[in-house]
Amino acid sequence: MSDASLHDARLSACPACDAAPLAQRIAEKTGPADLILSLPTIHCATCISDVERALTAHPGVRHARVNLTLRRALIDAPGLAAQDLIPVVEAVGYEAHELDPAALAASTSDRQGRDILMRIGVSGFAMMNIMILSVAVWSGAEHATRDLFHLISGAIALPTVAFAGQPFFASAWRALRAGRLGMDVPISLALLLASAISVYETLHSGQHAYFDAAVMLCFFLLVGRYLDYRTRAVARSAAEELTALEVPRAFRLTQGADEVVPVAELLPGDLIRIRPGARVPADGEIAVGESEIDRGLLTGESLPVAVRPGIALSTGEVNLTGPLVLRVTAAGRDSSLARLAALVAAAESARGRYTSLAERASRLYSPAVHLLALSSFLGWFWASGDLRHAVNIAAAVLIITCPCALGLAVPAVITAASGRLFRRGMLIKDGTALERLAEVDTVVFDKTGTLTQGLPQLVSLDPLPEAWRPMALGLAQASSHPLAQALARALGDAGVLPAAVAEIAERPGLGIEGRFAHRRLRLGRAEWSGGEDGATARSASWFRLGAGAPVRLEFTDRLRPGAEECVAAIRESGRRVLLLSGDRASVVADIAARLGIEEWQAGMRPEDKAARVEDLSQGVSRVLMVGDGLNDTAALSMAHVSISPASALDAARVASDIVMLGSGLGPVSEALELSRKARRRIKENFAISIVYNIVAVPFAIAGFATPLMAALAMSLSSVSVTLNALRLR
Amino acid sequence: MEILAILIPVSLGLGALGLGAFLWALRGRQFEDPKGDAERILSKDWDDRPRP
Repeated sequence: MSDASLHDARLSACPACDAAPLAQRIAEKTGPADLILSLPTIHCATCISDVERALTAHPGVRHARVNLTLRRALIDAPGLAAQDLIPVVEAVGYEAHELDPAALAASTSDRQGRDILMRIGVSGFAMMNIMILSVAVWSGAEHATRDLFHLISGAIALPTVAFAGQPFFASAWRALRAGRLGMDVPISLALLLASAISVYETLHSGQHAYFDAAVMLCFFLLVGRYLDYRTRAVARSAAEELTALEVPRAFRLTQGADEVVPVAELLPGDLIRIRPGARVPADGEIAVGESEIDRGLLTGESLPVAVRPGIALSTGEVNLTGPLVLRVTAAGRDSSLARLAALVAAAESARGRYTSLAERASRLYSPAVHLLALSSFLGWFWASGDLRHAVNIAAAVLIITCPCALGLAVPAVITAASGRLFRRGMLIKDGTALERLAEVDTVVFDKTGTLTQGLPQLVSLDPLPEAWRPMALGLAQASSHPLAQALARALGDAGVLPAAVAEIAERPGLGIEGRFAHRRLRLGRAEWSGGEDGATARSASWFRLGAGAPVRLEFTDRLRPGAEECVAAIRESGRRVLLLSGDRASVVADIAARLGIEEWQAGMRPEDKAARVEDLSQGVSRVLMVGDGLNDTAALSMAHVSISPASALDAARVASDIVMLGSGLGPVSEALELSRKARRRIKENFAISIVYNIVAVPFAIAGFATPLMAALAMSLSSVSVTLNALRLR
Repeated sequence: MEILAILIPVSLGLGALGLGAFLWALRGRQFEDPKGDAERILSKDWDDRPRP
């Protein structure tokens, strides 16, 4: 298991770094195009046949197959692009998104999973057949019959152990070469010793052969290994899907027309067009256009910033109101986003590896077992002088103590717990994340995009006179500015019908204006609409009708659903809650008061956040960081364990251990509780397997152990450990 | 006891048959989409003839 988690750590380092060359390779690839669509809403047989029928009926599609487990459609359609097929699926009533095949490369070829399954199958069938023969031996077959049965068992068991035991032998060999004693060394030793001694006993018509035990050991341990693999594969494929959803593209301006190019192909000096509502794909300087941009993901500010030609933009910011033309100054590897990813990778390596409960157990276990087997061998050899008997005893000790239950104890619990969390919308990216989550005593939240949705909400409609509301709605509807949209939403919810406002024009950086019954309407910034903003906590917009006095409309940041309950539940469980934000103090204080958070800090830069989290960790605290922005990434990777919402930037999701797929915050407090339960179950499982050993080992050392006892102890402990884990579901 | 000469090969043969079927299913990627297969059996498509 130790090598598996090492493997995992390497995977999580920095997908963004690998993404660019991969995208290039895909662009160069010619031949039959395999398209992958994500279908998040399909759930039944009718959905499958609807989608497949619609896709295969489309000209040019050679083959289409829906995978319901992954909620994806795999389409073989040479010459077609995803943009051609998404409307086909949407026409039959299902949501469809394009997935970037490059980002999914790892999960489509999950050869490793099938490899383990095949070994489980082989050892399972061999185990059953040997068991039939063994039962005959246990019930009293003697002399020639017993020897024949042992021979047949051996003929089945030896190739099976040689094939199914390979993962253990390989990892034990790696551990030995690195000078360590992993879990797999005693396992391999037990397998080899049991097989060798059984061959010897069979050839000398001895009484006991441990072929069944050796194969059973393989079977149970492989099941544990498969569970471990599944958990990580499910989480990884879902995390990859999140990354693959954002196919990085940019609109490059060339002579005459716009051209769609992958972000990886942008060069400094290129001119790119950024439409309102789009994310800035590369660092650059505005060449043409005025607009407002949302820097929330980078700085945590909730208010849009007005920009004009000459101002520098960084990757990840969102353009809100006007179209912009950007001159690229840095793209791909040199962009600020990539630099941040490098910073995150550095912070991750600094965090150091967490030693999981399983690793700690195996560190105690391996030397103890070797010592026990060796001393019983030496003891018996010294006492009786019978080498064959002494080796037999040592093999029995190794087999009886072999960590079937130990190998299943952790993966069975983690599988059950992460399965339950997955159904609640939490995605565990790292196996040890649950264990680390159980130790958390301090929770640090980011504000914009984490506790709040990053979407403004109108405080009250009261300042707006009844008669003005239809006109305000008619005007606000036409804008994509978040404040205007919040106003439109609030008016729509109040049952107001929009008036037909004419000559609507959006003035980037200022607001939106129009005309209704010869009167001019304006909605926008204070100085432009004729209002006057004092120093206030809340963002505001002003609405003015003709020459009338302007009306001030106040907005506040809308809380994520479940935020209040989540914070309350965490505080109730006795953990400390902190709010760290890059936004202005007045706004942060407002949110903190609404949620009942006493400790908060505003105006923090990314370094400040990381430093504060490090500061907390230097003490006795174990910190859980929940955040979504670029300004949180360093803090996320610095914390003991971290969670980010699915809406977060790529870099933040990569840096965190758990991704929250739903929109609510409720699962965070549930995950904290469940992780404590899971840790308790893991410890119970260790206790169960230790109790079995304490009962069985004295028999083995005393020389009373029989293959029947070994089989019973092994299967009983494995089954009880698995059942205990299933109580979590 | 002569019956063993028949019974043991038979039981081993049956086991091998089962193992062969499992490996065939695994190679044919029949464990890729367990949820979808559980649903597909309810659909009326391709009831009369197999999917081409």
